[in-house]
Amino acid sequence: MFVAIRDIRFAKGRFTLMGSVVVLITLLVVLLSGLTSGLADRSVSAVRELPATHLVFGGSGTEEPAKSFADSAVDRRQRAVWENREGVRRVTPLGITTTRMGTPDGGEAGVTVFGLPPGAPGAPERVADGTVVISRSLAEEQGLRTGDRLTTTTGDLTVRAVVPSEFHSHTPVVWTTLGTWHEMRAQRDGVQPAPLATVLMVDAGSGTDLAAADSAANTLSATVADSLEAVGSFSSENGSLLMMRVLLYAISALVIGAFLTVWTIQRSGDVAVLKALGGSTGYLLRDALVQSLIVLLAGAGLGGAIGVALGSAAGSVVPFELTVRTTLVPVLVMVALGMVGAALAVRRITSVEPLTALEAGR
Amino acid sequence: MSLTMYGVGLDYPDGERTVTALDDVSLRVAPGELLAVTGPSGSGKSSLLAVASGLVRPTRGSISVGDSDVTDMSGRELSGLRLTRIGIVFQQPNLVGSLTAAEQLQVTEHMRGRSARKARDRAVQLLATVGLAGKQHRRPHRLSGGERQRVNIARALMGSPEVLLVDEPTSALDQERGARIVELLREVTSHYGIATVLVTHDTRHLSHTDRTVSIVDGRLSEADPHHED
Repeated sequence: MFVAIRDIRFAKGRFTLMGSVVVLITLLVVLLSGLTSGLADRSVSAVRELPATHLVFGGSGTEEPAKSFADSAVDRRQRAVWENREGVRRVTPLGITTTRMGTPDGGEAGVTVFGLPPGAPGAPERVADGTVVISRSLAEEQGLRTGDRLTTTTGDLTVRAVVPSEFHSHTPVVWTTLGTWHEMRAQRDGVQPAPLATVLMVDAGSGTDLAAADSAANTLSATVADSLEAVGSFSSENGSLLMMRVLLYAISALVIGAFLTVWTIQRSGDVAVLKALGGSTGYLLRDALVQSLIVLLAGAGLGGAIGVALGSAAGSVVPFELTVRTTLVPVLVMVALGMVGAALAVRRITSVEPLTALEAGR
Repeated sequence: MSLTMYGVGLDYPDGERTVTALDDVSLRVAPGELLAVTGPSGSGKSSLLAVASGLVRPTRGSISVGDSDVTDMSGRELSGLRLTRIGIVFQQPNLVGSLTAAEQLQVTEHMRGRSARKARDRAVQLLATVGLAGKQHRRPHRLSGGERQRVNIARALMGSPEVLLVDEPTSALDQERGARIVELLREVTSHYGIATVLVTHDTRHLSHTDRTVSIVDGRLSEADPHHED
């Protein structure tokens, strides 16, 4: 990398320009990654943490089952069918309703109510009829403490405990009993009785014939991971942000490739001279690739650092998640894709003819 | 070590016909000898250098550097040969824009797999030998045409070559500077015991050479330099 480093020092302006592009693209990718992850967490963290292998969706009334938390409803018959299937170890009904609750200071908060049988897996320990266990984020935003009362359409609910935050469809989750959830759902829909639950949480062994169970119960089962797309807007939201990241990666590889292609063409005369003096193609390729690596590491490193700083500062305002996956991974992917672009660009070094160094008009 | 070419021919296609750039060229240049090859444009001077340096393979004949027959060497071996045993002085200085005068020499050591930093003293010493003492930090744009040509020569000497191939070194210089460059080549050839081939169409400075041959239409003949045009 003898020539590589000296080229960078000599052509500071050009390499600063190139490095700045890498910094900006990396910054955007890191911010988008943190935001994507943060938004996804706000959308599906509660579902993702459910203690089940599968979730089972039903149809409202006589409708066909749909993989949607907004439209799904399961009844007692469906629960019984699943409980009696071979390989199914446990079936727990889970009610999910997004609603608004009044706070003691007269305000209102949008929440998603998760109703579970007391003592069921996934239910906070202290949940009981007429009470709620709330996410810490809700407690902090609304200034709620244990013992405060939240107003709902079916009556007041006492805050029994505050637990680590979980979210569903961008609202904080509050846990209550399935019975309390029934009352709220029946009041909201104006239909008595309310369905048993929104979905069934199923813990099934690997050999369980899920398709047969779905057929018998007229349900639709999916793994917990596959069930995330049943949260309204999650797929489109996540897909849009992922598409932006992919495009940014592609742009970075193209920009770096284009810059290095022009740069390699500009210095093909130097390459011819070094080859004529006896420099091997391998030596010159290594030198060029090291040059690209230096620019990429510096640019992506700086862009990533700025992204982390901005993300940390913005974390209290927007849902930004700072993890290795949202910071280091994008930086490494930027460097890797940049090197792919660089490899494609500098490969033309192999075709530079050293004989041209003998030509007078070089 | 000497440079020996025996019965060397070089043909290349030009449309439907074949052009003979070199025709049965034989010569031997002894260590410490400065041989001038003169001839008009298109006579085959550059082809002679290209073949002697291994940048182009001859169609016929053999080439040896010292005891090594280099005629059938692979591309990689020929690169190694230029790196360790043959020095080339280009017609244009062909200096790398981002490197200082000393670094132009150090990079060749780096390409040989040796420490460029350790080579710095030798680079500075060689630059002083060619009259560039104190100018080792200058990049090409801060050197005159003659100074760039001196760096070009010093770079070719950096690997202690056995053979030095010099292509029209005075073509871009005025008479006074051209004369100094040929004097310098005379000095380094004798001092380092190098077999030097100086290709030139400029016959003004041939009094410094040991021997002169002329080349016309790819054929060599002994010439009296003082009677050249």
